[in-house]
Amino acid sequence: MGGEAGAGQGPVGLSRGPRKANPVVERPVTARDDQEADAMEDAYSRTGNAVDPPHLFPDYKGTARRAPSRPLIMIPQTLSEITGPVYGHSDVGPEEADLTKQHAGEPQGERIIVKGRLLDERGRPVPNSLVEIWQCNAAGRYIHKVDQHPAPLDPNFTGAGRCVTDENGTYQFTTIKPGAYPWRNHANAWRPAHIHFSLLGPSFLTRLVTQMYFPGDPLFPFDPIFNSVPDPKARERMIAKFDLDTTKPEWALGFVYDIVLRGSNATPTED
Amino acid sequence: MPERTPSQTVGPYLHIGLTPGRYGVREIFGPVVADAAMPGTHIRIEGRLVDGDGNVVPDALIEIWQADSQGRYAHPADGRPVASNSFRGFGRAPTDDDGAFFFETVKPGAVVSPNGVMQAPHINVGIFARGLLKRLFTRIYFPGEPANASDPILSLVPADRRDTLIAKPDAKNPSLLRFDIKLQGDGETVFFDA
Repeated sequence: MGGEAGAGQGPVGLSRGPRKANPVVERPVTARDDQEADAMEDAYSRTGNAVDPPHLFPDYKGTARRAPSRPLIMIPQTLSEITGPVYGHSDVGPEEADLTKQHAGEPQGERIIVKGRLLDERGRPVPNSLVEIWQCNAAGRYIHKVDQHPAPLDPNFTGAGRCVTDENGTYQFTTIKPGAYPWRNHANAWRPAHIHFSLLGPSFLTRLVTQMYFPGDPLFPFDPIFNSVPDPKARERMIAKFDLDTTKPEWALGFVYDIVLRGSNATPTED
Repeated sequence: MPERTPSQTVGPYLHIGLTPGRYGVREIFGPVVADAAMPGTHIRIEGRLVDGDGNVVPDALIEIWQADSQGRYAHPADGRPVASNSFRGFGRAPTDDDGAFFFETVKPGAVVSPNGVMQAPHINVGIFARGLLKRLFTRIYFPGEPANASDPILSLVPADRRDTLIAKPDAKNPSLLRFDIKLQGDGETVFFDA
């Protein structure tokens, strides 16, 4: 796998041969810079970046004083960006993917299985890649000290899990369905039930943190974080699908949630 | 072709999943990127994250990604062996109640760039927080580094903002560097789009 990635990604944008020099500009970033950057044989696609929310989204009050006010500086993708942390199966134990077995007893709530594939924009699986999740308990309470929602903590639930994708990019967790919970963004604000997902992917540029939602949640129209994603179809990609084949009889409901990371422009190489 | 999954904020409870040590879960990342045996100049970087009002940001996560002292990344797209098998080049630190964070690592070497010009030593930085709907990306450069003048990325930054990317030396301790991050407003840190 290492050799394959090296062969596929290494040469892109890295050759020392004759090539046009970087544009050196000392001025605010403009749309033209975007074109120049695109012309520099990016190792990773930039077009999909439009699915992400803006930095400033006034309905989500927390963005007001934290979003940058200056335009981002467009830069070429160098070795620093097309490389990234490598963690794999030796770092994580198989038991870490089951959030219902981390304590003496079983947590309260509806046991569920969440599985899916980690893919890139070209549909290629992302194997051997770390997936980290965290969530509140069935009552909508996080174990976190900052969470003061007057719902019960569960002594048998921490709400943290992780695993590494297999050779097909597949991951799977067993957990309990998280509850909705109130927050103080606006009057009578409630977050739809969600599980936080953190993905590394193969490079610094593929790093992604997102949230997985559950189908049919009545809170979607009122949640500014969910609705910060401008394209309704992109919002739907954050919603897991109920799956009867994943559901285990007399044990747990199954949900499928595929995650698509930024894709490398490199042509896939055969193993 | 499948389309990208959008980014969402880490929210205020990120520690449960991303720095879970305080919840009794073994951590696989931390602020110590290089152990004592790692070849290179050992440094400690300390900083503080503040918002547009100058208030500290206590619910953020800083991640760094860097090359070894010879400018080599522990990644197949680089391909060269790094200076120590234990060095993976990745660090993760939450901000504390004062918005402060630190990393202990080695100073990276110069890194090759697309047109063959060497990039000055730098550390790549990702910032996550409640209120950030997607990661912010910046770089730490080193003070007094002659290669900064010809660095192809710094050259893209307006001259009057470049100092936000260069760590500040400590008057007494040569291995200590300061890198404060301002999310918004006067002295706003330069953030990149790659």
